[in-house]
Amino acid sequence: MSEASGVLVIGIGNRFRRDDGVGPVVAERLHEHGLDVVELGGDGTELMQAWENAGHVILVDAARSGAAAGTIHRFDANSTEVPTGLFHYSSHQFSVAEAIEMARVLGRLPPRMVVYGIEGKDFSYGEEFSPEVAQALDSVTQAILGEIENAAT
Amino acid sequence: MSKGKSMVAAKKKGNAKSKAGKKAVSSTRNIKVDALARVEGEGALYVRVKDEVIEDIRFRIFEPPRFFEAFLQGRIYSEAPDITARICGICPVAYQMGASQAMEQALGIQVTGTLRDLRRLVYCGEWIESHVLHAAMLHAPDFLGLQDALQLAKDDPEIVETALRLKKLGNEILEVVGGRAAHPINLKVGGFYKAPRKESVRTLIEPLKWAIDAAIGVAKVFGTFEFPDYEDDYQCVSLRHPDEYAIHEGRIVSNRGLDIAVAEFPDHFKETHIAHSNALHGLMMDGSIYYTGPNARYNNNYAQLSKLAKSVAKDCGLGKKCNNLYQSILVRMVETVYACEEALRIVEAYEEPDASCVTVKPGAGIGAGCTEAPRGICLHRYELDKEGRIVSARIQAPTSQNQPQIESDLRGVVQGNLHLSDEDLKWRCEQTIRNYDPCISCATHFLNFTIDRE
Repeated sequence: MSEASGVLVIGIGNRFRRDDGVGPVVAERLHEHGLDVVELGGDGTELMQAWENAGHVILVDAARSGAAAGTIHRFDANSTEVPTGLFHYSSHQFSVAEAIEMARVLGRLPPRMVVYGIEGKDFSYGEEFSPEVAQALDSVTQAILGEIENAAT
Repeated sequence: MSKGKSMVAAKKKGNAKSKAGKKAVSSTRNIKVDALARVEGEGALYVRVKDEVIEDIRFRIFEPPRFFEAFLQGRIYSEAPDITARICGICPVAYQMGASQAMEQALGIQVTGTLRDLRRLVYCGEWIESHVLHAAMLHAPDFLGLQDALQLAKDDPEIVETALRLKKLGNEILEVVGGRAAHPINLKVGGFYKAPRKESVRTLIEPLKWAIDAAIGVAKVFGTFEFPDYEDDYQCVSLRHPDEYAIHEGRIVSNRGLDIAVAEFPDHFKETHIAHSNALHGLMMDGSIYYTGPNARYNNNYAQLSKLAKSVAKDCGLGKKCNNLYQSILVRMVETVYACEEALRIVEAYEEPDASCVTVKPGAGIGAGCTEAPRGICLHRYELDKEGRIVSARIQAPTSQNQPQIESDLRGVVQGNLHLSDEDLKWRCEQTIRNYDPCISCATHFLNFTIDRE
């Protein structure tokens, strides 16, 4: 964890399944701003391990809730339950939302945890984002940077 | 294969009688599972029942075909382990090792001594992480009437904590020996890129001592579950090794007298395409279906389990044979105990080898390799040209081999439980499929559920 911010960014998804790759790409952009990032495929148990010693976690994943593509969802995981239907695009059904809720039950949620979901629409094979998701990249990156800055001050 | 007389069959009779009065009107029940939960990959189940008789049952795997066998052609022999590892994130070691062993046979080399021990160790890691993930997080909720592991965590946080720690230890073994917790990067044809340092291997000793007791504890809790009464006379196919409970090496044997070298597999087993699934269906040459997986290993090789593993089996209610696949959750935990013991034995005896691998000289040849993936035997066969490039490749994952057996079990289970509501029947079917810990991604080469009742 970088000492400056004490923040760990976890980008979840598969870069070869189009919009599913948004989590890792946002994480990569945040890394360019000096943040510690981890890229994961979405296995819930692995996730819980990844944030084990982190104080402030920002998790970024593609969402599929039926909202318009490019919509940015934000949850404060410490105060709100993460809807289990939102991130079901995972090969393992023990996925992101389940991992967060399980960590809550087991008392293993980081002291601060915020989840960003970017609504995707195309999860087929390939590396190109759909235009709406590509367009959301800047705003989600800026929103996260802004949030971290506010937390630091 | 002969259909076992399950207890369920007896129940069915009584049930058919009780429903006899309703038969004047023909009715169809359709049971559908559109996306099967708690399995790896995407699949579906469709059942059509007319006048209390199953007309159609289809277990479909709709993960897209992945063409691994085709794109391996032209690749150099040394690339096969890492390419095929990508078939699965849960059991990559099975692919890496099966591919390596096939290449080693083709090229006439043998991996022995410490390098062989390290292979067994990393495989134990894979058994631990895969078995515990499936048994505790995916399968156990079925027996508790819980929707998922999250419910289980609310009910019994301690067992979930223990399971998570056990799984993590399995991945740590992969990391120490294989260089990475998933898709290890240190395994190769001939052995390893780099032998792990003794001090890092020794860090596993204390966690493994804890793990043996922890796994026994979990096994005993699962032993108190109520198991549906369904048995079959399974044709059990597994590896067998003269000196040890087979994990990563051996001959292919069955409880019907089969005993062949791995290379003879194509003479005794075939794969067929089925219109309703993207997975190939494995059959014996005589057309009979067979079962591969934990219970097959247990039934074939029980005598070779450790004393401790046998006593754990007994304590959680298992005999020397287990033909109730719902109890595969217990067999998985017995195997987990055994894998922890084996890992500890190897770790404690480990000394760094002089060389991390056997020197390999590329050339022409044909070779086959087979290991016991957590879900059953996983076979690789390659033909190489004189430069060591792959001319042809054949990979048979356990889930595709088990698919006809899964359908057969589903048929028996549905027929025996027609008195259940669609919702309960659906649950039972999903539970039945999870007995196999199916790795649909591997087999695609999976579950939505539909039942039509007429």
